[in-house]
Amino acid sequence: MFRRRTEPQTDPAQADAADAEPVPTTVPRPARAATGMAGMGLRARPSGLGSRLRSILGVGAPATEATWDEVEEALIAADVGATTTLDLVEAARQRLRAGGGRSGDDVRRALADEVRARLDAAGSGIFELGPAPAIILFVGVNGTGKTTTIGKLAWRLRNEGRNVALAAADTFRAAAIEQLRIWGEQVGVPVIAQRAGADPGAVAFDAVAAAESRGLDAVLVDTAGRLQNKTQLMAELAKIRTVIERRQAGQPRHVLLVLDATTGQNGLLQAEAFSREAGVTGIVLTKLDGSAKGGVAVAVADRLGVPIVFAGVGEEIDALAPFDPAAYVEWLFAA
Amino acid sequence: MFESLSARLQAVTERLRGKARITEADLDVALREIRLALLEADVNFKVVKDFVTRVRARALGLEVLSGLNAGHQVVKVVHDELVATLGGERHQLQLGTKPAVVMLVGLQGSGKTTTAAKLAVRLRKEGRKPLLVAADVYRPAAVDQIVQLGDQIGVEVHSRPVGTPALEVARSGLEVARSKGADVMILDTAGRLHVDEAMMDELVRISGAVTPSDTLLVVDAMTGQEAVNVAEAFHARLPLSALVLTKMDGDARGGAALGIRSVTGLPVAFIGTGERTDGLEPFHPDRLAQRILGMGDVLSLVERVQETVDTEEAERVAQRMMEQRFTLEDFRSQLTQIKKMGPIGQVLQMIPGAGQMAGAAQQAVDDGQLKRIEAIIDSMTPSERRRPELIKASRRRRIALGSGTQPSDVNRLLKQFTEMQKMMKSLSSGRFPGMPGGGMRGIFGR
Repeated sequence: MFRRRTEPQTDPAQADAADAEPVPTTVPRPARAATGMAGMGLRARPSGLGSRLRSILGVGAPATEATWDEVEEALIAADVGATTTLDLVEAARQRLRAGGGRSGDDVRRALADEVRARLDAAGSGIFELGPAPAIILFVGVNGTGKTTTIGKLAWRLRNEGRNVALAAADTFRAAAIEQLRIWGEQVGVPVIAQRAGADPGAVAFDAVAAAESRGLDAVLVDTAGRLQNKTQLMAELAKIRTVIERRQAGQPRHVLLVLDATTGQNGLLQAEAFSREAGVTGIVLTKLDGSAKGGVAVAVADRLGVPIVFAGVGEEIDALAPFDPAAYVEWLFAA
Repeated sequence: MFESLSARLQAVTERLRGKARITEADLDVALREIRLALLEADVNFKVVKDFVTRVRARALGLEVLSGLNAGHQVVKVVHDELVATLGGERHQLQLGTKPAVVMLVGLQGSGKTTTAAKLAVRLRKEGRKPLLVAADVYRPAAVDQIVQLGDQIGVEVHSRPVGTPALEVARSGLEVARSKGADVMILDTAGRLHVDEAMMDELVRISGAVTPSDTLLVVDAMTGQEAVNVAEAFHARLPLSALVLTKMDGDARGGAALGIRSVTGLPVAFIGTGERTDGLEPFHPDRLAQRILGMGDVLSLVERVQETVDTEEAERVAQRMMEQRFTLEDFRSQLTQIKKMGPIGQVLQMIPGAGQMAGAAQQAVDDGQLKRIEAIIDSMTPSERRRPELIKASRRRRIALGSGTQPSDVNRLLKQFTEMQKMMKSLSSGRFPGMPGGGMRGIFGR
């Protein structure tokens, strides 16, 4: 579960020098000191929910009405959302009433158990590639990190000895194809692409054909970012899905919604719309290395039953981890 | 998935109906809904707390305007407070120096590169000569992206070979801007996490080297509770001058901006809408306020009611509706008031749940139905208007002749009016006391 690093950590003194080192494709970012690594490589933050809860609740003192209000606020501050928060708090209180104690630690444990139960109920943390080939479609709004996630997942699968290709069905955004090509080079996997402006459905078709003819284990299909309220673009996505479905029954096996952990409650609308149009099977929660907690994904798992399957936890190529509900909840409630 | 504030307040509205004054207990119920709505719009929870306290102070003891209900009036208070928080003077870019330097900073994926291109288009439209500088040296193909965008919009892009440090790109960009006589250099930087010290240091060094006249923080409208922390962190290290709120063509409420504005005092300079390079608009506080509230917009309706409706008259009609003494004369007076409020479809669109009716009503206006209805009523005698049951065959012929319609038109209006009266009876009292309520459907809906 702990993230394996391929490169030794550069020390902070070398970080500044990183600017001067030319590399073939891009400049490596200055390295960050990794502190307090939890499961999935998540870094604990002193401003986190856990420390907020600890300061609100103390350790042994019994919880009062006022503290429950603050508990609500702490969950809302983590982007869990008002509705899910009220729900979680109510459930936790019931647990405590049923004999779960009443101290600050008891409250924390009851809340953590509630969150965990909901993540598990949605099937979070389970991702099976399945028999070859697996067509994996990546969808989401603009700027959540679809292309980067594809690069990281390809790297991960290749390291597991899988035969992988990428497909550039984002034919719209300027330089999206180039971006995917660079990832292909870095990971060492082929990229299926047409020219910019080509029909993304045609690229998806090529992707399935290549999966069959080349005997690939998986093809990771990138799509253009689209806001979920754009009817036409969502219809285009549904069409991409249909093209894949028609070409080979049972595909795409996975449709992964890439969700930015910094996103607020709009994440629910995203999950709802992309599930409806593209049949989302799981969520990749990206940018968890920032200060955001990604609580909206908890709300998505709870209210829509869509599991979280991967987490993006850094800039490095290996900074994509299978989502671990236990580690996530521990991190969310870490003091 | 989310109820708009106006929908949330529906229940509160029921409770407040008919009250002349908003009491503390009423307000508590309303404020709870407001708090939830703001949180669902991603307004920072600390900001929500302060905000609700201010609204409470303003709304308490407020007198309820006739023609409105108390719930709507509370919404109006919230709206005004939102505008006051978001508003102030519009931020103008500092373009006095030549070249002016506009530096764009923000988290990954917030839309800096797209914004850079849009800003270039906008400045060129104003007759300036922009230069785009591609200092995002980290994201694969980010430089390609801005070069391609530059090609599309016909704006020159300064970039350096892959591997050049960002600081060097920015410095050389400034030299190029000077030598080529550009008015403004738009500096695109790599997205970064505000908690990434090394990357933040890099920005500080770049900022020190090119001394931007404006440093714009690019914020995704979908950002959640962390928006405030992000903005504070960037603001602490860099001389930020304003925000650009992107992806506003989505359906996010954009409450993040309210939080950032409250905590940092930074104004919103522009909003980004769409992927086309012309999608950058000046910011309007009132529009964002309405959006945060998610109302389709009762507020403008409230304002129009305040401006145009003769409140005494509205009260009189409402009273008659409740007493079930609503006549064609009252109906005629309602039509006059509605017409004063502007295009009827537009008015109806502002009423939650009336959207579908709006089309039919607008159609009725467009093909002159409303005029015809007025003409028919005008051709009646006062006693006929008060007692439509007097109207038999010969009176019907006379009215039709006088209004230039057919007796069947007169008949239809009378029939629909009777239905409307019945409907009013079944409604406990007018849902929109100043308006003919659901009865409009009976007149226009077929």
